[in-house]
Amino acid sequence: MVKLKHIAKACKSKNAGPFHITLDIMFDKADLFRQVRETGVICPELIASLYGVKPKDVLFTEYPPALAWKATLPRRIPSGAVGDTDIYGAQQHAPLLDIEIPIDIAA
Amino acid sequence: MMQKTVRMMSASGILGYGFPESSLKAALALKPHMIGVDGGSSDPGPHYLGSGKTLNSRLAMKRDLSLLLRGAIGNGIPLMVGTCGGAGGTLHLQTCADIIREIAAEHGLHFKMAVIDSEQDKGFLLEQLRAGKIKPLNNAPEIRPENIEEAVRIVGMMGPEPYRQALTAGAQVILGGRGTDPAPWVALAMHHGLPEAPAWYAGKILECACNAAIPKKHDCLMVTVGEDFVETEPLNPELRCTPMSVAVQALHENSSPVIRYEPGGVVDSSDCVIEALTDRRVRITGMRWIPKPYSIKLEGARKAGYSAITIAATRDPGLIAQLDSFMAFVRESTSTKVSALGIDPSTYQLVLRLYGQDGVMGAWEPKKDSVPTEVAIIAEIVADTQDIANAALSLARVTLLHSDFPGRMCREGNMAFPFSPSDIERGPIYEFMLQHVLEIDDPLCMFPIHYEQV
Repeated sequence: MVKLKHIAKACKSKNAGPFHITLDIMFDKADLFRQVRETGVICPELIASLYGVKPKDVLFTEYPPALAWKATLPRRIPSGAVGDTDIYGAQQHAPLLDIEIPIDIAA
Repeated sequence: MMQKTVRMMSASGILGYGFPESSLKAALALKPHMIGVDGGSSDPGPHYLGSGKTLNSRLAMKRDLSLLLRGAIGNGIPLMVGTCGGAGGTLHLQTCADIIREIAAEHGLHFKMAVIDSEQDKGFLLEQLRAGKIKPLNNAPEIRPENIEEAVRIVGMMGPEPYRQALTAGAQVILGGRGTDPAPWVALAMHHGLPEAPAWYAGKILECACNAAIPKKHDCLMVTVGEDFVETEPLNPELRCTPMSVAVQALHENSSPVIRYEPGGVVDSSDCVIEALTDRRVRITGMRWIPKPYSIKLEGARKAGYSAITIAATRDPGLIAQLDSFMAFVRESTSTKVSALGIDPSTYQLVLRLYGQDGVMGAWEPKKDSVPTEVAIIAEIVADTQDIANAALSLARVTLLHSDFPGRMCREGNMAFPFSPSDIERGPIYEFMLQHVLEIDDPLCMFPIHYEQV
């Protein structure tokens, strides 16, 4: 078992327009990306459970050219609306960091 | 025969972010067909579209525009700026046009300028709504006439067509209101006869300039477009485009890295091949353009109310251990005191953000139970008037400071306030209000172009 934060190159969040947040998980080693991909852990259902949304509301794309996964979901509160806490959506990535990947690697 | 190619430069991610003058010089030495810069984004929130203020300062925009304008006019090539002033409303556009006129006067420059307005008339939008032409995106609610009436400002996101029209009319400086970010570059490439697919792909890379390069920096990017390829290379010798950096840009601030909805079609890059030509130049092939019925995305802001905030913090472990019940008490007690002023509870709301607990992620915070040493609180009142916001906030502040709780050890006050005055008026605040498209046959009809000889 290894946590994503110890093997990924980037785990990030950002607005995709004012009403959506997009999460990117990126690797910089093709082998490692393939290994993680084979575990099947990174999937729409996982993202949905981490962020308390329905799987059907997660637009999920595997993007091998960037050794990346992208998941886009509705924001809790639209950017800048009353009660919003993160106008740019750039600090909503933390739940990704602790995703456990069942591979054997010296992290 | 050599294939037709077009070279285009993007100065930086947003007008006013700055770029090294040496990169612009390097670009001009390569004889680009145009230089451009994107001016806006919805990313900094609804304030700019709502208030009409520009995102970046006039000084910063003038510095960038002065270099770009002299570079363009001196080399006889067009300068194009998309989504002027941050939000692309009429006020934002006029601010940028004024800056251009000022720079031209200072340097004795003369040229034909096109200013493309994207702010939409409410009467026109109501007509379109009645005709069933305004459609919600994703799961957005249907829009009603009163939503349009209550808007402060609504802009349409133009495609490349108005820019092409202005190029055809011989404009050398083209300032656009709100548009889809790639629009100026797409227009230029298509003006020179290149097809949609590589033109749109190039535009998407260019809109964020050196975001497609490493290391990440606000700097100029040069892209070469051909019939069936796009090549990209940064101008600063310290930066590189790699297949990875270009692929990463495809993930930037969008919902999908491979499918991008634009007015009049979809850019599909699922089968793109991205290859390194040198250690800092990349070639991309295999992009596709799938035409769709033409539609313009609408962006709108409405006033959400007037805001006042105070920043307070507690270092008291006893209080931190019972933060949730204490805040529930603060809400209830504030509400009683505000009612005593004759203020109707429906005219204001109290928003508490607890930094150290879940101030950043709110309901998404997975680690709510960790116990912090100190907690900062931003208390906000959003109300129908600034007077109500100020009055209610003042009572919320006193309630935070002077309320009892079980086991209280320091009766002098529960909160440390870093400032006097502690309360800050924020004035009117705005909300984004539209995730809708308008189906329209003529890509030009919503975007009047005003020409002037500067």
